[in-house]
Amino acid sequence: MIGRIEFDIAHALSASVLLLSFALLYQRRVSGVIEAFALQAVAVAAAAAWQAFTQDAPHLYITALIALLFKAMVIPIALSRIVRKLGMHKTIETVLGVNLALLAGVGLVALSILLVFPATSVAAVLTRENLALALSIVLLGLLMMITRRNAVTQVIGFMSLENGLVLAAVGVKGMPLVVEMSIAFSVLIAFLVFGMFIFRIRERFDTLDLQYLEAFRGDHQSERS
Amino acid sequence: MLTAILVATAALVVLGPIGVARGRAAANLVHFGSIAATSVVLGHAVWFLFDGTPTTLTLPFGLPWLAAHFRIDALSAWFLSVISLVGLTAAIYGFGYIRHVDEPGRVLPFFPLFLAAMNLVLIADDAFTFLLSWECMSLASWFLVVANHRQPDNARAALVYLVMAVIGTSCLLLAFGIMAGFEGAYSFADMRAAPVTGRLGGLAVALVVIGAGSKAGLVPLHAWLPLAHPAAPSHISALMSGVMTKVAIYGLVRVMFDLAGDLGWGWGAVLLVLGGASAVLGILYALMQNDLKVLLAYSTVENVGIIVIGLGLALVFKANGLVGLAALAQVAALLHVLNHALFKSLLFFGSGCVLSATGERDMERLGGLIHRMPRTAFLFLVGSAAISALPPFNGFASEWLTFQAILNAPVLPQWVLKFGVPVVGALLALAAALAAACFVRAFGITFLGRPRSDAAAQAAEVEPAMWGAMAVLAACCLVLGVLPTAAIVPLNAVVRDLLGSPFPALSSGVAVHDFLFLAPLEPGRSSYSGLLVLAVVALVTWVVARCAHRLASPQVRRGPPWDCGFPDPQPATQYTASSFAQPIRRVYGTLIFRARERVDMPEPGDSRPARFAVHLIDPAWEAFYAPIERGVAAATARANVLQFLTIRRYLSPVFAALIALLCIVVLAK
Repeated sequence: MIGRIEFDIAHALSASVLLLSFALLYQRRVSGVIEAFALQAVAVAAAAAWQAFTQDAPHLYITALIALLFKAMVIPIALSRIVRKLGMHKTIETVLGVNLALLAGVGLVALSILLVFPATSVAAVLTRENLALALSIVLLGLLMMITRRNAVTQVIGFMSLENGLVLAAVGVKGMPLVVEMSIAFSVLIAFLVFGMFIFRIRERFDTLDLQYLEAFRGDHQSERS
Repeated sequence: MLTAILVATAALVVLGPIGVARGRAAANLVHFGSIAATSVVLGHAVWFLFDGTPTTLTLPFGLPWLAAHFRIDALSAWFLSVISLVGLTAAIYGFGYIRHVDEPGRVLPFFPLFLAAMNLVLIADDAFTFLLSWECMSLASWFLVVANHRQPDNARAALVYLVMAVIGTSCLLLAFGIMAGFEGAYSFADMRAAPVTGRLGGLAVALVVIGAGSKAGLVPLHAWLPLAHPAAPSHISALMSGVMTKVAIYGLVRVMFDLAGDLGWGWGAVLLVLGGASAVLGILYALMQNDLKVLLAYSTVENVGIIVIGLGLALVFKANGLVGLAALAQVAALLHVLNHALFKSLLFFGSGCVLSATGERDMERLGGLIHRMPRTAFLFLVGSAAISALPPFNGFASEWLTFQAILNAPVLPQWVLKFGVPVVGALLALAAALAAACFVRAFGITFLGRPRSDAAAQAAEVEPAMWGAMAVLAACCLVLGVLPTAAIVPLNAVVRDLLGSPFPALSSGVAVHDFLFLAPLEPGRSSYSGLLVLAVVALVTWVVARCAHRLASPQVRRGPPWDCGFPDPQPATQYTASSFAQPIRRVYGTLIFRARERVDMPEPGDSRPARFAVHLIDPAWEAFYAPIERGVAAATARANVLQFLTIRRYLSPVFAALIALLCIVVLAK
């Protein structure tokens, strides 16, 4: 039986991941986004480690380690190198204003709570809270991907979405490690693909703002004319 | 038996990929395999009809919570026999015909798949398997329609066919969704146990009539059929016209007589109206066509109309508790299913022979083929006589039974039907007469007279496999015309299943007398003996021939040859297909076809030729198809923009859809 204090700590850790999702949404600089993402990954690692401790499931420590190593260190460092190399410290072009995006985020959190709580009324309390938080993080990640024009922020949005998935996976008892491993690797692959993609854009068009890319699509051009 | 049929069907599915391989060996393997598989299915289905109890089988695939259910009963066994008989002859015919196909690799893989999908539709026992097989059938036939894709007409036909198939299947999907109810009882056994009634049940039946009716080619949903059926290679046209429309009829029968419970007489009246309209309009359009295969496709619309009239009568009689008469009408309809499959396939095979020998489908460029292709001509003549319902061929037996059912309409209590059914009968009589005219024209212009083009003049008889397949079908036409009871005895099991009443004349067992005399209601009252008619026809022919030879003068006379009224040596001055159709075009033309005739007569002294052009418009096309076509084109033009979005814009609709669905879930609680 999970005690009160274990529940509170797990809840606090998951909530901090959600909080950092919001932090990702209001960052106006690329470097800030990367830092916020690294912090979020640390929080995810802590949450996973805490779940490993309370559930007495040692394999979750590995998940925590993967999160800490790759998402909190390797990927942010690599991304900042890219950003520095490309010299892009300018602000991020947003589609939706920061305030509106935050409001939409709050709405998404409300939606996921409304969705998860009635559906899982019979499930363990901890699982319910965790699932609601994880779903909000997934939705916020998606929101970030569609409200930012910058390629780097799209990568980060995708990976913060994946953080939500990891959080949901570790919250459920008896989730096999294979799932987490595969998710971690898929993210790594996605990072590589996106990284290459970013370099190619940069080489071709001298900017990372995808807005400029749209005008160069041959098909689209001929469609318009 | 069900297992054997499933194994044979699986073998057909395996044969499909083999057809991709090039070379004669692969083609032979596909055809031999198809012959073997269809023979197995045919044997087991016929065996079932004479001695079988409904069996079910559940295989563990399909939707996760719903395994694939299969069931064979008398109704599916009847349709299985029809399909495999025609499939068998089509495979034989394919041996010869495939050599005349430009790209056999586009035909061979889909031929066995098409047969397999039709078999699966007939033995499916849940909505999912039924719809999946139905869609496979549509897709396989679509691939066969585009086999000859280089002709622009075919590409257009394929597009129209695809759109109509999608619309038809979605109607069936919705119908089965309604019939499954909110609990999602998708197996046919559950639907049968608890039919949906009331307004919702009516909606389901209406959707089935639209979905299956469009596949069968009922007016006004028929306009795709004369485009798509002729576009395929001829033996496939035979399968599509002769057999696939029957699968649609099967869907109609399965739902309206089995799954939907007891329907009111109103649905019977709906079928009668649709059937009557299809019969007359179908054959009128057929009469106007100069393209042999399009003519045959329109004639399919007519015959489907005849079948649907029989089904409508059966529903009307059943709703009024007259099960004996309902059994009569349904036997007539189901017998016509078999008969039409036989002679329509025979005629399509014949048109395929003409096409492969001359490269022409246009009757205005044919003629005189009876001298160059005597076997084809004779077999085509048999098919024409059968489809024109001339005794002693099989078309007469089923149409006569339909008329017998119509003549019993005055016993119905509803006044609308008392008056309406004879009107439908009059339409049917008109259609029968026009059908005779249509096929006199088709045979006469194509095979008689003098060749109207070089291609027709240089035609040669086709391979034995091709006319052999036709000979099998022609023999079936004759045997079923002479001894229709041979088909009615197995049909008895079908109507006993569906209506709970046997064919009236066979209610007290089958006697030898029944084989000689086909009596619809009771022995000794308005009965027909095909054998007697055959004997009389043969006797009269023999006597006339003897008299002519005996009594004629043996002296040889020489004189100027009678020129049949056309001394001009130009074959173009012969009576043409258009001139044959002209009187009927004048009678019905302006109203039904919106025919426009344009005569371009040069001034006296001008040496250019006079020209005559006829322009026909199918009103169903303008009323139903053109709006759908325009709508689909406009929608695709709009949707085309979606092809050129950035990742972010691709994601946005996905995100919006996700949020909308989640909101619905929240609100629904």
